[in-house]
Amino acid sequence: MNSSKMTRRGFTAGLMAATSALALLPTASFALNARQASALVTQVVDEINAIINSGQSEGRMLRRFEGVFQQYANTTVIALRCLGADARSASDSQRRAFVAAFEGYIARKYGRRFREFIGGRIDVEDSRPVKSWFEVRTNTQLQGSAPFRVDFLVKEAGGRNLFFDMVIEGISLTRVEREEIGAMLDSRGGDLDRLIADLHNAG
Amino acid sequence: MTGIRIKSRISKVLTLVSTAVFLAACSQDGDGVGVRDPHEDANRRTHNFNLAVDKAILQPASNAYGRGLSRETRQGVGRVASNFALPGRVVNNLLQLDLEGATRNSFRFLINTTLGFGGIGDPAGNDFGLEEETTDFGETLYKWGFGEGRYVELPLVGPSTERHTVGRVVDLFTNPLGYALDSPENLLSPTATGLSRIGDRYEYASTINALLYESEDSYAQARNLYLQNRRFALGVEVTEEEVDEIDALFEELYGE
Repeated sequence: MNSSKMTRRGFTAGLMAATSALALLPTASFALNARQASALVTQVVDEINAIINSGQSEGRMLRRFEGVFQQYANTTVIALRCLGADARSASDSQRRAFVAAFEGYIARKYGRRFREFIGGRIDVEDSRPVKSWFEVRTNTQLQGSAPFRVDFLVKEAGGRNLFFDMVIEGISLTRVEREEIGAMLDSRGGDLDRLIADLHNAG
Repeated sequence: MTGIRIKSRISKVLTLVSTAVFLAACSQDGDGVGVRDPHEDANRRTHNFNLAVDKAILQPASNAYGRGLSRETRQGVGRVASNFALPGRVVNNLLQLDLEGATRNSFRFLINTTLGFGGIGDPAGNDFGLEEETTDFGETLYKWGFGEGRYVELPLVGPSTERHTVGRVVDLFTNPLGYALDSPENLLSPTATGLSRIGDRYEYASTINALLYESEDSYAQARNLYLQNRRFALGVEVTEEEVDEIDALFEELYGE
């Protein structure tokens, strides 16, 4: 509450004195963004916590997880980063088809794994600016294992805050899937269209 | 008798440390960036051997162990194993001049060995907020400025780097408990560690199976996961190359 007032006041002062505005604005927008980043992840985590403790059938939970992913993750960025250098040589329609196929693949592959979260809980710990994005740290406690760290990397994209990577104890979902997609592309002789067709049935 | 034995062990450790320093010094360049795996062919053969061992021995053993004992018992064994490892961690904390870590791990060891019945329970973590500060000689070498060296997959052990491998060997000797205990008590720690590994194979079966048997190239994926997790544990930062790649993609898509 207080900090949003501060921001507005800082902004007015900035309009009156251009020099102080230059000094104030970056910090003001940073603070706002760190809060928004944290709020986004809190929303994601609240939904996941609600799902894993809902006692619903696994099939139903899986569909809800897919929904969370579609709503809060920047699947375009994740997909294109996983395609890596091959994304640059692809045509626009290939890129669109790849992103669409990748969304389904990733939802099926990781949705299945979410059953391990049943009975567990995730807590948002803090949010800090890292390079050009925000890193929101969460602590995950699953049944039968020591708590571990999951970071969500959040960045604004076309007016929306979305997470573009999930990092579990240093292991990035994107880097894992980039290796996977790279290997799949290699075993298909670099044929992107074949990879896209096969992705629809993979995961 | 004991004095002589300790002396000969200490000289062994010193020899090993100097070997370690020599080895690590050979491989200082290119730390923490990309993958350096010039012996990929040999590593892949080891990987296939490890997969065969996993299928023939580790998986069946872990299934028997996991089904035979309750989760509480298995977790107790795991805690005993990490408790036994603590004195060795304290040595590494000290070698890294991390006095806070050394103090925390020492108190953790004292509390859990006494009040926690040899480490079966974890009163230090539950009641005193003393979580384990894991470290090893590989991390000590990192803190001392040695490079990670080439990637290597070790038989039975799995993914490693040259630096981490040297660290693992030296850590066979850094735990003072190994010198303080006589036979057969000194078998307790390796037994608990072995069982704890088998227990982990059971507990994380779906994750491990997905990695080893469902990925397109399990060798490359194991290498990828290991390097990411190890660099994270040591506190290596994201590379500039990756930051640039992310920024360029956002710029292209959203024209920031």
